[in-house]
Amino acid sequence: MKLKALESHLQEVEVFSDPKVQFEQYPTSAHLAARIAYMAETTYGDLTDKAVADLGCGCGMLSIAAGIMGAGLLYGFDIDDDALEIAQGNLETFELEMELVRVNVVAGRLLEEEAARTEKKEGGPRQAGGKPANVAASSAAQDIALDRIAPPLARFAKQFDTVIMNPPFGTKPGNRGIDMAFLRVALGLARTAVYSLHKSSTRDYILQRAAAWGAKGTVLAQLRFDVPQMYKFHKRASVDVEVDLWRFELGD
Amino acid sequence: MRLLTHNMLQCHVKKCTDPALNFPLQLQDIELEQVETEENEDLLLNLINKVDYNALTTTAAQLGLVGLPNAIPKDPQADPAFMTRLHEVLLETNITQGKMACRGCGHVYTIKDGIPNMLLAEHEI
Ligand SMILES: [Zn+2]
Repeated sequence: MKLKALESHLQEVEVFSDPKVQFEQYPTSAHLAARIAYMAETTYGDLTDKAVADLGCGCGMLSIAAGIMGAGLLYGFDIDDDALEIAQGNLETFELEMELVRVNVVAGRLLEEEAARTEKKEGGPRQAGGKPANVAASSAAQDIALDRIAPPLARFAKQFDTVIMNPPFGTKPGNRGIDMAFLRVALGLARTAVYSLHKSSTRDYILQRAAAWGAKGTVLAQLRFDVPQMYKFHKRASVDVEVDLWRFELGD
Repeated sequence: MRLLTHNMLQCHVKKCTDPALNFPLQLQDIELEQVETEENEDLLLNLINKVDYNALTTTAAQLGLVGLPNAIPKDPQADPAFMTRLHEVLLETNITQGKMACRGCGHVYTIKDGIPNMLLAEHEI
């Protein structure tokens, strides 16, 4: 499959008609999804015949790209049933098999920990009334142990060769650190590699955290992510956000 | 959802921590559908080491799915009949509608249009 052909197939993916602000449902463009999946397969061989998970799959753009590139087993996890319904329709259109699970990928305590860490890094004030979460040092293995950080996914630990995801960027107030929480869970699910998008402004922090979790992070590309201003608190029609495409490689 | 997925889901209500009871979830009022899919030996061999085989055979028996031995053969790769049956049960047997009840706390998770809903209310987390 050529890159151009992949992108043109992905134009057929139906996306959110009514994005939800609390979930930061920025759709992944066909252009971007095609590039990620194409690179994951042609450069690293991470998709064909592999077990692949999409965390926060939304309408399934990335997982469908992975499916077209020949993923052997596909799982999509998302909290939102409207998104999952659209994803299911897309799977039918593309005649792809994928398991969908409605679940909260980043439950309370994990999110509190990462929010506290992010605030500490930024030197910003703690959330009013929020008590500081316990961020005591723990071993890398413990830090990404799913039975501790994502109980609903405990039995999926290390079940996937590859995780591919476009997590919420954590820009919405109240969602701080959510991108790091997603990354932590992804590293607990994957055996080989995690592909993820994060704001470029947090590059050094991500590199350091990933290393602490036993993963070697590489920025594959810097992209401009055109975020349509679908939410009321946005003042302009759309903004370009500088985003890094990462590949995190897990050691044995 | 495939039986493979059922084999990966456990109750995660905060106080429900007895591993003998919070897994596997008890299937109730379910509708099944067989969906043919290509057999992939490498994926299947990988899954053999990951699934809880006892839970799988127990669930298969409850659903009237026969043909899985009580234990995984020593060399599954050399047993094509086993590999094919495992593929059919694990990856081709789909639950389209139904419920999954926890034997520990009684929580019921629903499966709608093939999608299990593992969300809990705030006070259960
Ligand atoms: Zn329970």
